[in-house]
Amino acid sequence: MSQAESMQLRKHAPWKVLDGFGRSVVAASRYAAPESADELASLVSRARAEGLPVTFRGSGRSYGDASLNSAGLVIDGTKLNKMIGWDPGTGIAELQGGVTIEGLWRRTITDGYWPHVVPGTMFPTMGGCLSMNIHGKNNFKEGPFGEHVKDFDLVTPEGSFLRCSREENADVFFTAISGLGLLGAITRVRVQLKKVGSGLVRVDPCAVSSLREMIEEFEKRIPHSDYLVGWVDCLSEGAELGRGEIHQANYLHEDEDPMGPVGFHTERQTLPTRILGFPKDKLWLFMRPFFNNPGVRLINTAKVISARMNHGKKYLQSHVGFAFLLDYVPDWRLAYGDAGFIQYQVFIPKETALGAMEDILRMAQEAKLPSYLGVFKRHRLDDFCLSHSVDGYSLAMDYRVTRENRDRLWALTRRFTERVLQAGGRFYFAKDAVLDADQVKAAYGEERLARFRAMKERLDPNRVLMSDLGRRVLGLA
Amino acid sequence: MLRRAMSRTFTKAVVVGASSGIGESIAKRLSASGASVALVARRKSELDRVKEGLVHRETAHVYAHDVSNFDEVPELFDRIVEDLGGLDLIVYAAGVMPKLDEGEYSFDKDRQMIEVNLLGAMAWMNPSAARFEAQRSGTIVGISSIAGERGRRGNPAYCTSKAALTTYLESLRNRVSRYGVNVVTIKPGFVDTQMTRGMKGLLWLISPDEAAETILSLAHDPDGPAVFVPARWWLVAFIIRMIPSFIFRRLNL
Repeated sequence: MSQAESMQLRKHAPWKVLDGFGRSVVAASRYAAPESADELASLVSRARAEGLPVTFRGSGRSYGDASLNSAGLVIDGTKLNKMIGWDPGTGIAELQGGVTIEGLWRRTITDGYWPHVVPGTMFPTMGGCLSMNIHGKNNFKEGPFGEHVKDFDLVTPEGSFLRCSREENADVFFTAISGLGLLGAITRVRVQLKKVGSGLVRVDPCAVSSLREMIEEFEKRIPHSDYLVGWVDCLSEGAELGRGEIHQANYLHEDEDPMGPVGFHTERQTLPTRILGFPKDKLWLFMRPFFNNPGVRLINTAKVISARMNHGKKYLQSHVGFAFLLDYVPDWRLAYGDAGFIQYQVFIPKETALGAMEDILRMAQEAKLPSYLGVFKRHRLDDFCLSHSVDGYSLAMDYRVTRENRDRLWALTRRFTERVLQAGGRFYFAKDAVLDADQVKAAYGEERLARFRAMKERLDPNRVLMSDLGRRVLGLA
Repeated sequence: MLRRAMSRTFTKAVVVGASSGIGESIAKRLSASGASVALVARRKSELDRVKEGLVHRETAHVYAHDVSNFDEVPELFDRIVEDLGGLDLIVYAAGVMPKLDEGEYSFDKDRQMIEVNLLGAMAWMNPSAARFEAQRSGTIVGISSIAGERGRRGNPAYCTSKAALTTYLESLRNRVSRYGVNVVTIKPGFVDTQMTRGMKGLLWLISPDEAAETILSLAHDPDGPAVFVPARWWLVAFIIRMIPSFIFRRLNL
């Protein structure tokens, strides 16, 4: 045993203050960033021996406390970022757990492959994508990320090594994907990618004048869309409640592509360097003065006018340009100010979605705490244990947090949550910062949570893996 | 603004070096104001004596710990936070100044001063600063000394330890004040404690309780200053800092 390995983590690991992506939750913990899967496994086993709780962290893109661990040990897995193998014949990539979506597409796009599922940002790691079972703008069609995973290696806190696929350890496969990183370390994963005919997608923008119209338009477009995403103006009222704009995108066939194979080059898959004439690196500073109720009202009105002008005007866009809207403005989260923001995302069955979402938008407006960004998507059911999806719709809402509004905002989300539960809805742990264990029990049902707890008991009987999220929403501590 | 925190009241405090002198007086005053206090010092018997003298001894805890056992700090810190149910103030009052004779050079004494006065402070303030930064509030009080203003001939390592502590606290303040955390550097003049016992003709000598009263009122000030106690020592410091080195070395300061 080397000297470093014999030192106790509790005594010698450095402290690090880490935040959730929304910056509204912060925790101080011990910190380690292993260079290899072996070093990671050894850290976990040392922490187990010391009784020190462990949380895995990737790029820190979860909005709430999923990768925080007050006073415990946070193991940062981002140095495990090697692509182990890539086969352009089958479209299967083999990756370490810390490889990001960006690391993946940069390697595969030149061979004409794009991930089946990508989130709105390219920075999450494979470990994070599996643990949260993330989704994209095509969830209604392609399901969550987990559906395109062939197999993965899970190293449990007890030191066992499990290869998990639909055939082998299938129960672990369907629980660790969506398992919040609380069952083991995902050190290696094989992902199936999609062959695309072109480096471009055709985007069809469509202005809608209410949430009702948004849903009607989605239902019409679903059969012939590859991607669908809606922007919702959460400040609009009355007959125009929930107005916004839909972006539909479809893959191009090779014969429709004016650019040809050149479009697969990574230099064609870029984000704009300037936005509205501003250099994008510091754009968040210029956004900051607008991140208040009148400012957002102004911006949203401008967006609605522009949506009406651009209605039906189709254009071509790279995969990267269409998929990673959240990466257009680096550090945009800083525009929310010192106390950050929360994202509250609800998933509601299609039968009850409209009424519940309209009620939530109204409740926020009445409380003078409107969401500054609303994003609307269509989902379908899947087979993963703690999956957030439903056969219905989701609405993700960003709310600015300030020192004076924090308590009111948390109280408001409790009212939202009651309404969502009444409508049979669910939530998403990658975003959540506000739910408690009772609300989660009501949303997920005792049977599902019991299944998760049984798997936790089997793989991690000593409760080594624990996050602030796990303590808060699963009552596992 | 985060930085402009409201006036602070302390409810959960740890005092390191609480068995005598300024630390003991601060602990007494905190307890009298209703705070739960964790008392940390080397000698258990002395801690028990201090605890018995507290107004709210039922919410006080004692922990025998030698601040030069740096490895013990992280676990002890975790335990204290758990016992108190949180933390909003840490006072580091541990300090030693072994007597150094004319013509004496002792590395053992030098090391002891650096360990107790400086490294122990860092060992305790690191986890405190991390915790306070995360909770966006908290107060760190370090007892430095006017002795850190110049390198005086009497005790080189003592002056060094206090100058370093003052600089460390300034850095810490610049690091965490933006998160609503208050770092206060206290630079006492002469205080009537074991450290000064037997010294003659001490200027402006005050009692530990007088010092503690001033220190706690300064700790409530949200602007995290570095201050002399009593304040008039500022003038002395100002003057001795102005004295050119070629004169200073001829003085018996």
